[in-house]
Amino acid sequence: MSENKMINITIDGKQLSVEEGKTVLEAARQANIEIPTLCFLKDINEVGDCRMCIVEIEGRRGYTPSCIQKVEEGMNIKTNTPALIEARRVVLDLILSNHDRKCLTCTRNGNCELQALAEKYNVTEIEYDGERNEYEIDELSPAIVKDLNKCILCRRCVATCNKVQEIGAIGVANRGFASCVSTASNASLNDVNCTFCGQCIEACPVGALKEKDSTQLVWRKLRDKDAYVVVQTAPAVRVALGEEFGMEIGTNVAGKMVTALKRLGFDKVFDTNTGADFTIMEEGTEFIERLKNNGVLPMITSCSPGWVRYIEMNYPDLLPHVSTCKSPHQMFGAIIKSYYAEKMNIDPAKIFMVSVMPCISKKFEITRDDMAGAGYSDVDAVLTTRELARMIKQANLDFTTLEDSGFDDPMGEATGAGAIFGTTGGVMEAALRTVSEVLEGKELNKLEFKEVRGEKDIKKADLQIAGKDIKVAVASGLANAKKIMEEIKNGNADYQFVEIMACPGGCVMGGGQPIKSSKIRATVDVRKKRAEGLYSIDEKSQFRKSHENPAVKKIYDEYLEKPGSHKAHELLHTSYVEREKYKM
Amino acid sequence: MKKLEEIHEIREQKRKELDLRVNLKADTQEKHILVCRGTGCTSSKSPKIIEELNKAIKENNLNNVRVIQTGCFGLCAKGPIVIIRPEDTFYAVVKPEDCAEIVKTHLVEGKLVERLLCKDIDGTEVKRLDELNFYKKQKRIALKNCGVIDPENIDEYIAFDGYKALEKCLMEMTPDEIIETVTNSGLRGRGGAGFPTGKKWMFTKMAQSDQKYVVCNADEGDPGAFMDRSILEGDPHCVVEAMMIAGYAIGANKGYIYVRAEYPIAVQRFQKAIDQAREYGILGKNIWNTGFDFDLEIRLGAGAFVCGEETALLESIEGRRGQPRLKPPFPANSGLWKEPTLINNVETYANITKIILNGAEWYSSIGTETSKGTKVFALGGNVNNIGLVEVPMGTTLREIVFDIGGGIPNGRQFKAAQTGGPSGGCIPAEHLDTPIDYESLGKIGSMMGSGGLIVMDDSKCMVNLAKFYLGFTVDESCGKCTPCRIGTKRMLELLERITEGEGEEGDIEKLEKLANNIKAASVCGLGQTAPNPVLSTIKYFRDEYEAHIKDKKCPAGECKALASYSIDPNKCKGCGICKKQCPVGAISGEVKSAHVIDPSICIKCGACASKCPFKAISK
Repeated sequence: MSENKMINITIDGKQLSVEEGKTVLEAARQANIEIPTLCFLKDINEVGDCRMCIVEIEGRRGYTPSCIQKVEEGMNIKTNTPALIEARRVVLDLILSNHDRKCLTCTRNGNCELQALAEKYNVTEIEYDGERNEYEIDELSPAIVKDLNKCILCRRCVATCNKVQEIGAIGVANRGFASCVSTASNASLNDVNCTFCGQCIEACPVGALKEKDSTQLVWRKLRDKDAYVVVQTAPAVRVALGEEFGMEIGTNVAGKMVTALKRLGFDKVFDTNTGADFTIMEEGTEFIERLKNNGVLPMITSCSPGWVRYIEMNYPDLLPHVSTCKSPHQMFGAIIKSYYAEKMNIDPAKIFMVSVMPCISKKFEITRDDMAGAGYSDVDAVLTTRELARMIKQANLDFTTLEDSGFDDPMGEATGAGAIFGTTGGVMEAALRTVSEVLEGKELNKLEFKEVRGEKDIKKADLQIAGKDIKVAVASGLANAKKIMEEIKNGNADYQFVEIMACPGGCVMGGGQPIKSSKIRATVDVRKKRAEGLYSIDEKSQFRKSHENPAVKKIYDEYLEKPGSHKAHELLHTSYVEREKYKM
Repeated sequence: MKKLEEIHEIREQKRKELDLRVNLKADTQEKHILVCRGTGCTSSKSPKIIEELNKAIKENNLNNVRVIQTGCFGLCAKGPIVIIRPEDTFYAVVKPEDCAEIVKTHLVEGKLVERLLCKDIDGTEVKRLDELNFYKKQKRIALKNCGVIDPENIDEYIAFDGYKALEKCLMEMTPDEIIETVTNSGLRGRGGAGFPTGKKWMFTKMAQSDQKYVVCNADEGDPGAFMDRSILEGDPHCVVEAMMIAGYAIGANKGYIYVRAEYPIAVQRFQKAIDQAREYGILGKNIWNTGFDFDLEIRLGAGAFVCGEETALLESIEGRRGQPRLKPPFPANSGLWKEPTLINNVETYANITKIILNGAEWYSSIGTETSKGTKVFALGGNVNNIGLVEVPMGTTLREIVFDIGGGIPNGRQFKAAQTGGPSGGCIPAEHLDTPIDYESLGKIGSMMGSGGLIVMDDSKCMVNLAKFYLGFTVDESCGKCTPCRIGTKRMLELLERITEGEGEEGDIEKLEKLANNIKAASVCGLGQTAPNPVLSTIKYFRDEYEAHIKDKKCPAGECKALASYSIDPNKCKGCGICKKQCPVGAISGEVKSAHVIDPSICIKCGACASKCPFKAISK
């Protein structure tokens, strides 16, 4: 590979040699020169609209946004002149003048990019105050709350929804001062083609988009002496929760998390990873049956509710391709309210099942029809990773110093296969571990399917299992899902098995995970770090194949008979519907 | 499809036939009655006038008279305009019911219809068009055919050297020679910024690509401006021809003209011009066997001012929300669908054919050192001769306002002129002798702009004027960047406060600080120039701002909230008319004694002052 051309520039008097194609912002950051940004979101929203990152370039009239200006030979750039500082303060003042400045009661208090800038630029009063746009808060959906009173029109959410996910549920309506982020006909997010993936929330620098709060409900249940409050935690939560307490991205905090949950007062703390092992048993069996009986192929995974909502809205004709398996936490909830309740002699009506998830769409998923396997809703409340962190903070737990504890029996021990569910390719890899052994009829040494790991948008693998040619594909992010769906629709897909996750990178990057600032997203590979955390759990696990999970085996033996049985179908499978994109 | 030879034949034959249009001494028995069918005269019933004239001609069995629709003559204040050629008789403010008399008296009896003859500002009766002071200092290059030919007839265009410049370019000139000619002519962009046209053409030619585009910006949006509309309505083929020349010069075979949908006549005539040019084989494949292909399409704008900004215009053509792109890259390198694109304004194109035919030297001999050629202005506001004027660069504002425009009506004084619309600034009386060119206007805090020129008399409040323009930009901001989206709104709010008497000490400085930051930090030309009307009025009329803020008075008396009506007891005769007029009962007084206004009740509607027979009530 030939070396990239180097460009000589000067920033604030420092002579630098920078790779061609870099922006002024990137060059400055390399040299540890800080330039503030607000609308910039690397690779997603590079538009130079907010005007915070403006710099002076010698020979140019006016200011230039550094986030999109590429370096040019001999460029002489100034980033911090008094004039620029005044201009940035004016810009900040203007944004704040049209912002609902109720910082103390905002979920983003302390984690707000606008607040951080206001502090940095010492904005102590609004010089250019005036009329403020006022909007009704949209909180009709079970998952997302949209509060335009806090929106600063950076359009990071719009770019994410349109470019990354290719959904286009939101766009900019109206002009000038009346411009606002809107849906079609300004309907509620609940009534348009939004999949509740929550990537918009991750993109929002302020508190204009947030999850629908479930902490109050959960606190209430924790106080209720009659309620038996059970919690389960998804694999991706444990490698991100620590970030909310200043820990390194990707740190596995499962032990501290379990301790915290017990201290919060949950009666039992279980691991969704075991639910994931059930999913593999059921989904693997379903796949083998489809393969043997000329069923509809490729079969597509169904763990990601954002993805399920997407296909229901956009490709209803292809719904027979989707596995009928519930997602792991729903399966797990159904087992808790049936097998576990019977075994422990608890009235399932009194069990309140809480799932801690990296996901926004799970809040919608629990409201779906056909999600009450045991006659009671499988799951009663979903907390995001962020919401759990808030509860831990409210309980005054010093999270970083908590001792480790283990998940409660009888379902404490999950496999590494369950853990990797939290990252793109993980479901596929876990399924292949089980399916290949079932098909071959013997134990195999191959555990790791690295061809389905990594950051590529779509990963494909051609495998030989029991003499059969099995092709698989893995896609994360709905824009990539769309590509696969088009292939299937047009008859160009020769895969047998497809894994799809709505969020780019899978659950580790879910819409319920700790929000990372634009700067961190530009400079740190968050996805990779969190995924590495999960792979490391897998490597260290005693059991790495779902069908070897002792608890799973026991429950099939004692209760469900075998994967795909009638009982298993009743509890662990669900159905789908064609869903209108716009309810108007 | 017509061969080049056939075009030549049409030109020769038609030119003879139409000689009477331009030659007062034409040896002919024919008469052409020219009726303006520009938007202004059309809305004053000129189509009905054409109908009535034809009816009367038929009734009088006149075989040698033809009625021709033309584009704008310029003197819109006198419209609808009817001109009879070859004698060049000018009838003003004609009504459909005058037509029978015009035909009978003028054409049958050979006498002038005295009552319809146009009177100049000084009262002298004008028999012929060229006797009007309005035209004396004008020089028509871009508007050459406007008011001469029927814009919907390609043959008439061909008669007056139409498509001759294209022929010259395709047959005799290389693209480089064309660009050199345009460069040497000194022509600069007439859209407002004044970028050298030849340079723009060269940049687009140098850009490497198999596909390039030529775009015409006809999204004229400045309040009061109608230069581009008039050119498209009066001489659409000259723009078609110029775009083709541009296409040949830069290596493009596809052109788009972006016109606002609010210009229905211009759109219809331009489409007709495209259709006719296609029919004649002038637009299309392998034009005149030269191997050059070119075709044109119209794209309609929905009226957003920001779409006049070239990159927002490109976004709109591509079917997206009209929002500017960041420059660089400039359209010359990455324009329409990311391909190299040449964008010029209508008036810029309207100069091209003349430059090609008459040479760069001829063109550059007109105008000033740095600004060559002529500029078309839409003259409006408090001036007698409202209309369309084309003057050589370097003409002073005084000449335009007083010699061409006929001065200020109603005996009032000139206060200021606004050029460049909402992006420009005001020019006060002290700068009336400034020659109109790009640099001089820039130096005094205004700009050439696209050519809107609004004159204001001494009854106009300059703070109110700034507020008007800011209101326009606030409405028209696309909302993309912070300074323009919120900043202009805050400036408007400050101006509103000041004009409502709620201004505070320090507001002027606050306005200036915000204005300067909006100028420097906005994405596109709209935001970068939006504060100009405020900054220039502060520069020249700071005392007026101060009067509003400190004394709570509007010196011009325009700001209603600051007006306070009072009755001069020495002039009041106690007639009681004002008392009856007052809708809120604020006036009291006995008959035959001086009345008084209670300011706590008065709503400042001004009804009393307008009715007082003794002019005893003042603001």
